[in-house]
Amino acid sequence: MRDVAVIGIGCSKFGERWDTSFRELFVEAGTLAIEDAGIDGESIDALYVGNMSAGRFVEQEHIGALIADYAGLTRAGHTPATRVEAACASGGLAFRQAVLAVASGMEDIVVAAGVEKMTDAGDSTDVLAAAADREWEGFAGATFPGLYAMIATDYMHRYSLTREQLAMVAVKNHYHGSMNPISQFQNEITIDTVLRSTLVADPLRLFDCSPVSDGSAAVVVAPLEMARDFTDAPVTVIGTAQASDTIALHDRRDISTLDASVAAGNRVFERARVDRKDVDLVEVHDCFTIAEICAVEDLGFVKKGEAGMLYEEGQTYIGGDLPVNTSGGLKACGHPVGATGLKQVWEVVTQLRGEAGKRQVDGAEIGMTQNVGGSGATVVCHLFRRV
Amino acid sequence: MTVARFWRKIPQRYNLIGTKCENCGTVFFPPRSLCPDCRRDGKIVDHHCSGRGKVVTYTVIRTASDQFSNLTPYVLAIIELEDGCRLTSQVICDPSEITFGMPVRSVFRVIAEDGPSGIIHYGTKFVPS
Ligand SMILES: [Zn+2]
Repeated sequence: MRDVAVIGIGCSKFGERWDTSFRELFVEAGTLAIEDAGIDGESIDALYVGNMSAGRFVEQEHIGALIADYAGLTRAGHTPATRVEAACASGGLAFRQAVLAVASGMEDIVVAAGVEKMTDAGDSTDVLAAAADREWEGFAGATFPGLYAMIATDYMHRYSLTREQLAMVAVKNHYHGSMNPISQFQNEITIDTVLRSTLVADPLRLFDCSPVSDGSAAVVVAPLEMARDFTDAPVTVIGTAQASDTIALHDRRDISTLDASVAAGNRVFERARVDRKDVDLVEVHDCFTIAEICAVEDLGFVKKGEAGMLYEEGQTYIGGDLPVNTSGGLKACGHPVGATGLKQVWEVVTQLRGEAGKRQVDGAEIGMTQNVGGSGATVVCHLFRRV
Repeated sequence: MTVARFWRKIPQRYNLIGTKCENCGTVFFPPRSLCPDCRRDGKIVDHHCSGRGKVVTYTVIRTASDQFSNLTPYVLAIIELEDGCRLTSQVICDPSEITFGMPVRSVFRVIAEDGPSGIIHYGTKFVPS
């Protein structure tokens, strides 16, 4: 296996992009990543596109080919393009496919991209519910916020997590997002903003939930030994891992633990041979505030039931012991589902290059991503190190 | 949901017909045709689940998809049946009544009226018992 490095990154502005189409969104991030890597289209050996549900959101399938076409990759090279789908983990999984392709020696320069255009859909609640078990959860009236709400109910019954501590996740992410130019929300909020917002699924309120977003992100990977030809600041992928669990929440061993997150976390740390305490920042999948609480525990940064104190003490802010979601996370930066996993990579690489501006984590050397599909049926984790 | 997709699971949805692995004794509802523990050594047969169970966790859905929006607010819960299996279902009660471990029993009800396919979906909901 060859070592793999990130040589180019790009991310579109996230938000309600009413004037921009699905394919235009992709071209935005793709162009930025290619320019950043300083390569031309002909040198791209393969393309992996993370996308959850273009079929439902914009009534378009065959996304790989469409993207290759509008990215101008169908002329000279007829570049192979593959869509990757794992609900909200589609982006992280597309990145993993790109890493595996380069690591194996099969390809040299590979682009992983993610794109989702959500605001064109009428009933996005129903489209997202397809990430859960349609026959036995969706059919009963389960929504996506509803499933995470049932995790929150269980968690708050068993462990000491206050409603205020849960709100602190969103407050912190909005603060980080206010320093990220591509973030959907640029405004800071208070605990009161969260507690006074509309109930969506008890105990989760509107400000506990990530928004409906349009956006795209793209990352170029290459063998580490070639990386210096393209960039002065290559970032190595020191670990990639993925794990699966039951599609339905009701079949899990423990409602409040994402076992797939535990498994993917353990695997990625084992493969990268680094300790949790060496991680300078982590981008986790905060589709809902409770998901971030579970993530920092399930990945092993704190024991189960103890995340509340980490937030109470402000340790997850930039400057704290464990900066979490410096991009603003899914909550503030936005959550165009297929793009999220690659935006996480974009943020970690930006930080490790020292290019994060006002939200820079000083001296960041090792960063991590955790991307979740559904209520925890797929989890993809990556670890990165500045070269 | 198309007519065939709904009709295919009518016995399961109406009467809580799950499956059981005769090799290890585990009951599955929602039904499985492969035992995840025994896999090919398992022997799967139909199993009529008890309609009695208790609430494991719950929420009150305030914002629903279009198909369920006329029902909001409604109580959604994960219920553990006496047979040991768990499922997701609505509990017909006041949102303030629902609690952990609350004993419930199944009832036959309309789940959603007039979905995209134009059929009325019936199935199992639960009531406090
Ligand atoms: Zn068995």
